[in-house]
Amino acid sequence: MSTVLEERPAAADAIQKFTATMMIRRFDPDVDTEPRWQEFSVEMLPTDRVLDALHQIKWEQDGSLTFRRSCAHGVCGSDAMRINGRNRLACKTLMKDLDISKPVYVEAIKGLPLEKDLVVDMEPFFASYREVQPFLQSSSKPEKERLQSAEQRARFDDTTKCILCAACTSSCPVFWTDGQYFGPAAIVNAHRFIFDSRDEASEVRLDILNDKEGVWRCRTTFNCTEACPRGIQVTQAIAEVKAAVLRGRP
Amino acid sequence: MTSSTIEAPRSPRPVARKRRVNWEKWGWLYMRGSGVLLIVLIAAHLFTNLIAGQGGVKAIDFAFVGGKWSNPFWKVWDTLLLWLALIHGSNGMRTIVNDYVSNPKVRKTMLIALLASSVVLLLLGTLVIYTFDPCPAGSLPSDLPSFCPAQ
Repeated sequence: MSTVLEERPAAADAIQKFTATMMIRRFDPDVDTEPRWQEFSVEMLPTDRVLDALHQIKWEQDGSLTFRRSCAHGVCGSDAMRINGRNRLACKTLMKDLDISKPVYVEAIKGLPLEKDLVVDMEPFFASYREVQPFLQSSSKPEKERLQSAEQRARFDDTTKCILCAACTSSCPVFWTDGQYFGPAAIVNAHRFIFDSRDEASEVRLDILNDKEGVWRCRTTFNCTEACPRGIQVTQAIAEVKAAVLRGRP
Repeated sequence: MTSSTIEAPRSPRPVARKRRVNWEKWGWLYMRGSGVLLIVLIAAHLFTNLIAGQGGVKAIDFAFVGGKWSNPFWKVWDTLLLWLALIHGSNGMRTIVNDYVSNPKVRKTMLIALLASSVVLLLLGTLVIYTFDPCPAGSLPSDLPSFCPAQ
């Protein structure tokens, strides 16, 4: 016990601050015609996240830097951005896990209209989300709760984890190039209700996703699965929806 | 707060969508089905041509193909190979065009060109398989390969 206490200050001293270079893709619609890269230097602890670096820039260096964040703990899904070419949540990416010998490149997610700096217009993303009817539809009106077995719940457990951060959809090359594809996130949220035993509108959702711009546009690139900060097996969920469309039922 | 200077890469989805025959689903199914069949067809094709025959790859010449196509089994086999592979390939090209060509006019032109070339190749290929005659009657003996009776 005493040895632990004695070692603690020493361990704290061992934590070294380091200077990291952040390259941030800035865009001010009032001034810029094209986005531009701007370099910042930040003092970081190994425990700091990319979000902390952005905060340091905004609070201490350049207050005009614009980005979204809310809970800062990987739950609200506000701060998905492209960090070193990969879609991640800034609040879940530790600086020490990146190669800080080189600049850390941070830019807005791709495929959605850029509004300012790291902020994009999320409306097209939410429009396709709304279109898959992501809510429980049931004709029965039970006195108590709707019962479901553990197995029935486990069937769609993975896709309940989605936080709608758009990291998957904005990493999808089909979404980048084809303006009308539903995108992985909408299909994941359709999957969550299609395979829910309490829901009665699975056929409607399967019909919506059997569209020309629906599940068949998926090229199984696995970018979405790699990008998902919640570890959802997105491509597998899409494949399960494809199989359900072919069967005509969940 | 709009970025009028930068073109939006994605436009909102139109509310009303046309309901037509869903070719996308059948196209997807065709790619899976033909893919599985092609594995068998191509593997057997390569095996008989390159490994099973006497002399291996060096044995493939005009006479070898002529000999194969005198057998109706290989005629049907090669017809299947031709149709499944060519449609599989051109459907894949159609997918790539749809994914990457954003200009509607260019896209339509490329899709029509793709369809036309596929149809021509399919018909031409099928015609060759079924009308192939290594020793056509009335030809000059000097034009004929060595194994023809007229030679």
